[in-house]
Amino acid sequence: MAERHRADLLVSCLHGRCPELIPALQEEIERRGLAGEVDVVEAGCRGLCAMGPVLLVEPDGLFYVNVQPADVPELVEETLVKGRAVERLTYKEPVTHQAVCHYRDIPFYSKQVRHVMRDCGMIDPQSIEEYLALGGYQALGKVLTTMTPEQIIAEVKKAGLRGRGGAGFTTGDKWTSTRRAADPLKYVVANGDEGDPGAFMNRSLMEGDPHAVIEGMIIGGYAIGAHQGYIYVRDEYPLAVKNLGIALEQAREYGLLGQDILGSGFDFDVKIVRGAGAFVCGESSALMQSVEGKVGEPRPKHFHATERGLWDRPTALNNVETWANVPLIINNGAEWFASIGTERSKGTKTFCLVGQIQNTGLIEVPMGITLREIVYDIGGGIPRGREFKAVQTGGPSGGCIPASLLDLPVDYDSLTAAGSMMGSGGMIIMDDHTCMVNIAAYFLDFLKEESCGKCTPCREGIRRMLEILTRITEGQGAMADLDTLETLAKTVQSASLCGLGKSAPNPVLSTLRYFRDEYLAHIVDHKCPAGVCKALIEYFITAEECVGCGLCRRKCPQQAISGERKELHVIDAALCIRCGICHDVCKFDAVGVR
Amino acid sequence: MPRLKSFEELQKLRTQLQKDLAARVDTSTTITVGMGTCGIAAGAREVMQAILDELDARDINAHVTTVGCIGMCHKEPLVDIQQGDEPRITYGNVTPKMVPRIIEEHLVQGKVVEEWAIGRVAAGQEG
Repeated sequence: MAERHRADLLVSCLHGRCPELIPALQEEIERRGLAGEVDVVEAGCRGLCAMGPVLLVEPDGLFYVNVQPADVPELVEETLVKGRAVERLTYKEPVTHQAVCHYRDIPFYSKQVRHVMRDCGMIDPQSIEEYLALGGYQALGKVLTTMTPEQIIAEVKKAGLRGRGGAGFTTGDKWTSTRRAADPLKYVVANGDEGDPGAFMNRSLMEGDPHAVIEGMIIGGYAIGAHQGYIYVRDEYPLAVKNLGIALEQAREYGLLGQDILGSGFDFDVKIVRGAGAFVCGESSALMQSVEGKVGEPRPKHFHATERGLWDRPTALNNVETWANVPLIINNGAEWFASIGTERSKGTKTFCLVGQIQNTGLIEVPMGITLREIVYDIGGGIPRGREFKAVQTGGPSGGCIPASLLDLPVDYDSLTAAGSMMGSGGMIIMDDHTCMVNIAAYFLDFLKEESCGKCTPCREGIRRMLEILTRITEGQGAMADLDTLETLAKTVQSASLCGLGKSAPNPVLSTLRYFRDEYLAHIVDHKCPAGVCKALIEYFITAEECVGCGLCRRKCPQQAISGERKELHVIDAALCIRCGICHDVCKFDAVGVR
Repeated sequence: MPRLKSFEELQKLRTQLQKDLAARVDTSTTITVGMGTCGIAAGAREVMQAILDELDARDINAHVTTVGCIGMCHKEPLVDIQQGDEPRITYGNVTPKMVPRIIEEHLVQGKVVEEWAIGRVAAGQEG
């Protein structure tokens, strides 16, 4: 049955970018008579999203980026027939422009530690056989034959695994409480309702390695004494839903799910529940309401989900990334896991690097790595030679961390102390062209829509804070607004039921803490230092730089620019709508903003 | 698809399935076949196929890769075997018929087939 190939082409990142690539590769390989010896695999996310589709050639480790169907004949000829790298398709080091042929030599990857994402991009996620071949379900086999539930929980606790959804609760403790709960009917739930804009760690994991999540859940079910699991995925992730569905079906066929798993007598199955995409449903109590078919609203936590969760039964709810860590701990041992990371944050964490960053994508790093290493070594720095200004961690309700804290280690406690949070792993990088007042308003605008409305402080407080921020960006702010903002923020934080409300003021509080001078510039000087807030800026043309080419005059949608050929041009501030087109098109940097 | 009844069955299945992913699993053995135009003309493709078949039949875990012409066109097909830190051995004028013996003696018994070996490069010394 087995078919040995001398080379595997692992194609990743096909998300609508180039559906014709795989057929083109298969056709060319067939045409060159290589069909029996070379395999083309549609693999999951490799993380370097900025340069997809990417292609990894194993066993050589050659790595190609931005591969198009037109590149296929040359690629097959050179790499598969003659064994040479096609240099023009390799990754170019952003500073020196040197070609890096091998996957392992690319700084984006060499600084990462990929454990949870180890199989993402290495296997075909729709094939359980590939997962099994690389050691899949061995951890399940091990726990069912050699470990008691108590031993599993002790191992997970000893490893120091904490929840990857953001709050960082100790997973072992959660499992202990659920196991100890008197009710014999218990559930495990995987939270795959990733709602943070710009975050796609959980999606990539569910799409690229669904079995890792499922295996973790079965082990968790065995450990706490549950026989039914639920994976809550938002329906906006169709490929994740599809791949999880295929994975569940295949696991059932192999007897890895269902009754009497591997002849152990343990029964367990998993159902997928599709969420409609409400941000608040990522909150555990709202999520369970939604699974039950009710409106996704959080409930007061007089009792924990571990006591009375889903359908009022004891429930262990963890993020999909937390579940995917479980087989790793079982296979490699708690000591191994605890050797990675910091004193109180163990293991690795996946993050999505987005915003003003060279290498947009998905990364996995050991806990305790500094923000500087993430932004500059892995992320490749800020594009267009601009300055780093802030990074927002923890999604829309996370905080903005300034450049002065770039050497902050990334772990649960340091991020919380800095006024942000780990969150599920979004990282939005901002450069010096970002106005921090405007960005705080932007996040509040998102949260205003996503607040479920149950708690008045959250529902009303976010709106009022947004109104004040909008006023400040329009130059109508007063000094008293800053105090009002802080009072409102603290009220929302302390008087909301769930994590959404409790963390919603973070963007305001963290920007007030680290970028107060920008608020003052808006209020006192009526200036926007980043040149973003339209009411407070003015475009102008500098006499020294302007050559009178007339490009800005022709491109201006308001006909606000005048000037003779080869003469200095001027902008009429009364007509100007501050769209910034003149600034963007000028080839001589003659258009400034103040 | 067989329903697995025990952990042993799962482990056995894994061993079988690993062959499919041989190219993606780390191994200390790499077999390199010269596949320049000269190599292909001399029959390197058939030699490589014979190597793949032999590895498959004997269940040996090794990577098989190709390289371009290294200049010794008269000795093609050329096959290099590199095992861990051992010196890399080059065999010349390899035919499919020679493959089973090379695999048996070199990879299984750990003895270089001296009469066919035409070169040896200590690990870490190549260009």
